[in-house]
Amino acid sequence: MASHDTSHETYYVPPQSKWPIVGSIGLLVTVFGAGTMMNNMSADSDSSIGYWILLAGILIIAYMMFGWFSNVVNESRQGLYSAQMDRSFRMGMGWFIFSEVMFFSAFFGALFYVRMLAGPWLAGEGHKGESGLLWPEFQFVWPLLQNPDPAVYPGPTETISPWQLPLINTVILITSSITVTFAHHALRAAKRTALTLWLLLTVILAAVFLTLQIMEYMHAYNDLGLTLDSGIYGATFFMLTGFHGFHVAMGTLILTIILLRVMKGHFTPDNHFGFEAAAWYWHFVDVVWVGLFIFVYVL
Amino acid sequence: MSAVIDHHHADHGHGPAKGLMRWVLTTNHKDIGSMYLWFSFAMFLLGGSMAMIIRAELFQPGLQLVQPEFFNQMTTSHGLIMVFGAVMPAFVGLANWMIPLMIGAPDMALPRMNNFSFWLLPAAFGLLISTLFMEGGGPNFGWTFYAPLSTTYAPPSVTFFIFAIHLAGISSIMGAINIIATILNLRAPGMTLMKMPLFVWTWLITAFLLIAVMPVLAGAVTMMLMDIHFGTSFFNAAGGGDPVMFQHIFWFFGHPEVYIMILPAFGTVSMIIPAFARKPLFGYTSMVYATGAIAFLSFAVWAHHMFTVGIPLTGELFFMYATMLIAVPTGVKVFNWVSTMFRGSLTFEAPMLFSVAFVILFTIGGFSGLMLAMAPADFQYHDTYFVVAHFHYVLVPGAIFGIFASAYYWLPKWTGHMYDEVLAKTHFWMSFIGMNLAFFPMHFVGLAGMPRRIPDYNMMFANFNMVSSIGAFMFGATQLLFLYIVIKCIRGGPKAAAKPWEGAEGLEWTVPSPAPYHTFTTPPEVK
Ligand code: HEM
Ligand SMILES: [Cu+2]
Repeated sequence: MASHDTSHETYYVPPQSKWPIVGSIGLLVTVFGAGTMMNNMSADSDSSIGYWILLAGILIIAYMMFGWFSNVVNESRQGLYSAQMDRSFRMGMGWFIFSEVMFFSAFFGALFYVRMLAGPWLAGEGHKGESGLLWPEFQFVWPLLQNPDPAVYPGPTETISPWQLPLINTVILITSSITVTFAHHALRAAKRTALTLWLLLTVILAAVFLTLQIMEYMHAYNDLGLTLDSGIYGATFFMLTGFHGFHVAMGTLILTIILLRVMKGHFTPDNHFGFEAAAWYWHFVDVVWVGLFIFVYVL
Repeated sequence: MSAVIDHHHADHGHGPAKGLMRWVLTTNHKDIGSMYLWFSFAMFLLGGSMAMIIRAELFQPGLQLVQPEFFNQMTTSHGLIMVFGAVMPAFVGLANWMIPLMIGAPDMALPRMNNFSFWLLPAAFGLLISTLFMEGGGPNFGWTFYAPLSTTYAPPSVTFFIFAIHLAGISSIMGAINIIATILNLRAPGMTLMKMPLFVWTWLITAFLLIAVMPVLAGAVTMMLMDIHFGTSFFNAAGGGDPVMFQHIFWFFGHPEVYIMILPAFGTVSMIIPAFARKPLFGYTSMVYATGAIAFLSFAVWAHHMFTVGIPLTGELFFMYATMLIAVPTGVKVFNWVSTMFRGSLTFEAPMLFSVAFVILFTIGGFSGLMLAMAPADFQYHDTYFVVAHFHYVLVPGAIFGIFASAYYWLPKWTGHMYDEVLAKTHFWMSFIGMNLAFFPMHFVGLAGMPRRIPDYNMMFANFNMVSSIGAFMFGATQLLFLYIVIKCIRGGPKAAAKPWEGAEGLEWTVPSPAPYHTFTTPPEVK
């Protein structure tokens, strides 16, 4: 159906596709399920219908992702894509990552705003110090262990030291960025075994990172009283590290799929945008982590 | 400008599929553009009906028709639906239809994703509208959804409102990525950046703004969601957060958002005025740089919406001067439009009427904006009808007239028929008179202190409000005429030439009318 005249290089315009509509139904079902689940949870109802709708939505999205990406992979392997098409994909991925950067900026912005402005004001310092009248005993320090109203928001007893697990995790993620680069070099040099091994190592490092992160969360919840509802420190801490962790999980999934494709013999030394996109994404989560390590853990 | 067009390629390959599935499964930029435009018009009528309810309630002082709770839901939904459902999708629809035609591209850069962007909108707005029927009612906290109204004190349906915003945001981001990739990657040979039509330029910059701020909005609603259901305290001072922080994050998105709604209109008007003045646009280059400057500055003015909530004096001053600075590039644009018309051979067909009204009335909105930008004066004006007058002057005769002007300008290209000029002029004059009657008196009641978002008011505002309501009903009813004109034009009418407007320029006029299903499968050569 999509057989365009190939005597001159044309831009590939795909034929009709069901994936967009499947995806949009999937997203709708997912958010509807998530919303129902959350509302039931907050209303203390034990109805579990939300979970099931959510699960159905996630399955539809997984089906869509699989089908859509299979289409793209097949089209690419049939040689339907031109260099121009490749540029479109690159731009798409690049701007997508930029949008992710802006998403994280919102949370970093919240962190900076609270630490530099709102917190001191609430303790009666600075230009808008009159907010200090609300809770006259409140002292602002960071990490914030004593919240303005501890009866409603009991603070954490302690926070996580950056020089233990977080430092290890930093080393792990940076190493994984390096190993994925080695994998890329191996791919370009057509060294398939080296490629597979470096990529496998990257995936393993990613998995280790995630495991350590889960251990850290358990420690925070069980031993330190550092939770989502322990005030603004816990809120910013879990929001930033949590969304980062979610992105690492997605990145790990993507790298795993790339690894499976490598093992199936996909990608050539000069045509492997799928690999590169995954690597870009991986570098992006790495850079975000460095920001987190500095601003959430160390400073 | 001359171009080689390839008609043979246009109709070999696949034409449109038959039936409903053509629209559901399509990857064609023209199909998707049409769907966006129809969706936007449906939302325009829905949001418009809500405005009618608001104006009916405000026809007289006292409570007559609706309960205050419902009134709040109407102002909230009206704003959200018009901003995210009517204005933004209309411009994305125009972009879909026209950008590939203007730059000589076969389609959008990522056609399947294009359809995904569109089909997320019915999902998002279906969800949003459904909240009105949920227990506890729909969102009632204003389209700006300030915390803690939208968190601690919100109805349970706020959860679904949050997710609806997420879906609409994903749609916008994907749409914007597609537009950037199309413009940067799919231009025909010879179509250099500084030869691009202004609509393409303004959309390039708008798309950048979208990608930069929609994720921030997503972040804001996500923090709300966490505060509501997971016990975080981002916007609650008892836990060390700050409700004012919500406003900072919201307006960091919100101010660029208002430019997202107006820049594409700047673009179309900058193409339509030269066409009917039969003169090239005055100051093309300065238009491009002015657009860039506006977009750049729009990131540094957000707190002009927050002069009264308590920000440090240095903040008030900085945001006041930065806001006034935006008037400079905006003034450059108005100057250029006027100079383009100066000593041109003007004719006033519907697109031109809407464009000229745009220039005059948008400028009025810009001036009231400047008044609001003065922090000490804003202490008086803030949250009064003066603000409502301001943003309706920039949005109705600004964004919406820009959309109408574009629709009439390109309808012959889309349908292959000329629209009915007499009816279109009637549409224009009724809209023009209706909207001025509706919104001009709001300046006066606002300056006299009538607060916005309140269903009842002091007796002394009665006369002006009655005039406003009559104008609003007139404006609203007239839009049904627009629907009739469009349907009539699709169904028949005098055949349109490939280039129905004598003074029009650009690649889109080199293809036949109606534009074939596939155009520029081989890129034209632009000299
Ligand atoms: C010369 C350019 C402009 C200036 C100086 C300006 C200034 C302002 C100021 C200071 C406010 C806050 C008023 C208050 O709440 O007290 C405001 C509100 C607003 N402006 Fe503008 N503005 C300009 C152009 C625009 C444009 C082009 C649009 C949209 C197309 C726009 C849309 C809005 C909206 C929607 C609000 C109200 C938001 C709300 O509180 O609901 N403005 N403007
Ligand atoms: Cu603004």
